[in-house]
Amino acid sequence: MNRSLYFIPLIGFVLIAVLAGFMLTQPKNQFVQSQMIGKPLPEFELRAATDSRPGVSIAHFRDGKPKLLNVWASWCLPCIAEAPQLEELKENGVEIIGIAIRDRPEDVAAFLGRYGNPYTRIGADDRSAIQLELGSSGVPETFVIDGQGNILHQHIGDIRKSDVPILLEKLREAQ
Amino acid sequence: MFAEIGHAALWLAAALAILQMVSGALALRAGEGAASPYALYARPAAVVQAFLAVLAFLTLLHAFAVTDLSVKLVATNSHSMKPFLYKLTGTWGNHEGSMLLWVAVLAMSGGLLAFAERRLPEKTMSATLAVQGFVAIGFYAFLLISSNPFERLPVPAPEGIGLNPLLQDIGLAIHPPTLYVGYVGLSVAFSLAMGALITRQVNPNFAKVMRPWVLGAWVFLTFGITAGSYWAYYELGWGGWWFWDPVENASLMPWLAATALLHSVSVLAARDALRTWTIMLGVVAFSMSMLGTFLVRSGVLTSVHAFAVDPERGTLLLMLLAIYIGGSLTIFALRASSISEGKRFTATSREGALVFNNVMLSAILAIVLLGTLYPLLTEAFDVRVSVGPPYFNPAGAIFAIPMFVVMAIGPLMRWKDDSPSRIQPELAVLGAIALLVIALVVFLGNYPLLPVLGLALAGALAVAALLPLKGRKLTRVPTATWGMVLAHFGVAVSLFGMACEGAFTQERLAAVAAGDVEEVGGWNVQLESVDPVSGPNWTAMEARIAVSRGGGDPVILAPQARNFWAPVQATSESALLTTWDGQLYAVIGDPAGIGPNGKQRWQLRVWWKPFVTFIWYGGLIIALGGVLSIIGRLQVDLKRRKAVRVGEERREDQAAIAAEAGNSASPEPAE
Repeated sequence: MNRSLYFIPLIGFVLIAVLAGFMLTQPKNQFVQSQMIGKPLPEFELRAATDSRPGVSIAHFRDGKPKLLNVWASWCLPCIAEAPQLEELKENGVEIIGIAIRDRPEDVAAFLGRYGNPYTRIGADDRSAIQLELGSSGVPETFVIDGQGNILHQHIGDIRKSDVPILLEKLREAQ
Repeated sequence: MFAEIGHAALWLAAALAILQMVSGALALRAGEGAASPYALYARPAAVVQAFLAVLAFLTLLHAFAVTDLSVKLVATNSHSMKPFLYKLTGTWGNHEGSMLLWVAVLAMSGGLLAFAERRLPEKTMSATLAVQGFVAIGFYAFLLISSNPFERLPVPAPEGIGLNPLLQDIGLAIHPPTLYVGYVGLSVAFSLAMGALITRQVNPNFAKVMRPWVLGAWVFLTFGITAGSYWAYYELGWGGWWFWDPVENASLMPWLAATALLHSVSVLAARDALRTWTIMLGVVAFSMSMLGTFLVRSGVLTSVHAFAVDPERGTLLLMLLAIYIGGSLTIFALRASSISEGKRFTATSREGALVFNNVMLSAILAIVLLGTLYPLLTEAFDVRVSVGPPYFNPAGAIFAIPMFVVMAIGPLMRWKDDSPSRIQPELAVLGAIALLVIALVVFLGNYPLLPVLGLALAGALAVAALLPLKGRKLTRVPTATWGMVLAHFGVAVSLFGMACEGAFTQERLAAVAAGDVEEVGGWNVQLESVDPVSGPNWTAMEARIAVSRGGGDPVILAPQARNFWAPVQATSESALLTTWDGQLYAVIGDPAGIGPNGKQRWQLRVWWKPFVTFIWYGGLIIALGGVLSIIGRLQVDLKRRKAVRVGEERREDQAAIAAEAGNSASPEPAE
């Protein structure tokens, strides 16, 4: 048998490995992007999720000032991880409105007491109804809303250090 | 404390793997026939390593059992309110835990090999253990460096964040572990193949040692794929039993390679032929398990099985792949020509049939591999495609159909050389059965080509599978032959189920209100009510559906649309009614508005799938056939060992008697 035939499996494998290696270096977006980007917020009104902050309605997003809408929950670990970044955004003068998903008032209060409270308002979404209308598929997610209540940008997952300037830039564009 | 013990055990096991590799490799340097002092360490290192790796896994199991939220893995994957069983299964329902299970099984099989296998030349054994240690090192390093399952949180989490609810199922308790045992069993076959290749000992004796490992791995893979298919069938709620999803293909490819290997190793054991081919399949089979793990775990491919993905891990896994697969294929390419091809045979012989089907299985493997990797290839050029059944089914069938035909005939032929005219009556009967089935189905209605061919082949194959028993005294048929007969019969049963599902399935999708009656496949389906229900970590809308057939008593089915709240996810729980001739499969969907009579309507989806259960019965029969084969082979081996021992004892006795006789006969020493 021809000796070179024995190299065929090796060559096949090298081709696969090169392809896989190349694809690993490519950035990949696995997240579910909201279909709501570029559209106005849905009509909604949510009661307060805790005593320390008032509830939220669509009217609060139409006062002309761009804001962040942060979808989170006290039972969510990545929300703990992003708390310092939300605090940093708040110190940069950003107004952050929270929506707590499937949460209890006492848990919300405990979370805010422990990890800080960057929110001006927190609404309670007990059945993920508003979350689904926003096109959000998990917690935490953060939306950039312009002064007229239009959704401009969606950030999926926890906000990391490197995401803070991006969000600030998006908010500046929304002016 | 427990987590630290597990972590330490893992490091110790890794150190022992290094010892095993080094001592095995050094032992190879000893001259021909000389025993090397280094060889002493390899076997004990493998055995102790097995205990340590299992200990590490048990400590992680403990952390999940008691929901130790200071362990990061538990906090991110479990929840204190989860049912206890799913806490346990959650141990391997995540990346780190499943990789730990993988290395624990790897160490266990390595330990078993080192402990029990005494038939091979010591040198081949040393090379095998060195390779096995080398493979283990890579996976220990991967686990310890990038996926440490025992990492602690600086502050214990107040509560865990749950488990993917799709994975909160009894299917998960058995399906991935069995697949892992199968994958890892192939690593032993791989090590043996490399050991034999390195020491140039590719012969029937080696094949007999390798065969039970291949059989064992193959049984577990068969069982795991069968269980996985059933899991996807009832859990995903899409009514299908195979989706050609990358993760499913990742389990199918090693199975195809292992099936080919199983048959070629039998040829090598019985006839001393197909030497290089067997070695190559040994390498390919394990390569496919690793490639599967890589594709699933690196996230380069998107799949319905959502695993946490991490590009860094992908890179590390790819490096391991390059070292092991690339390395072994290089050794194969350089060494293979030094192995003589072994005994010759003609095309019309049992070997000929086995070679043909080996080529067919390899072709199907290539088709599945190409289809799985093709989206990756096009994505490199920025085109997103998804390859599905329209490609896999016909392309696979091109090779599967001739394979089933030869599978029916092959076992009837003799080794080495045979003439087709000798088995003419059998061929005529099988051909007649196939044609009869086709005629019957065409008469019944207009069905797609592939299922009709599948039914015909299933009929012929079921009879052909039993033919090797013809004219033999059943009590004297070797256990391993029973295994073959049963496994081949199982293929026929499974093929019958697939073909029936493909040809005769009936589906009904309707918006119904309480009280409405629908009809599907001869069943009356009445929606009685839809009510909210709740479980430990979910709420659901549960439908009560009364189904009846032919005026019989109605049976209540209760499919649910579930919402889990940690993490938030919606799933649909199908409800199944199994009868002897098929399954009724019901799924409840979203509310569909208010009907004309003012009642709330719901989307209801019902399938009637005749004989669909045969797919999985067939899979179980195939696996059972494999078990019988293992038992048969081990029986023969134990008998042989006993015969050798008895023979040796007898020789010793004779020698002793002769010596005694000699002593007494010898003249008394003079005083």
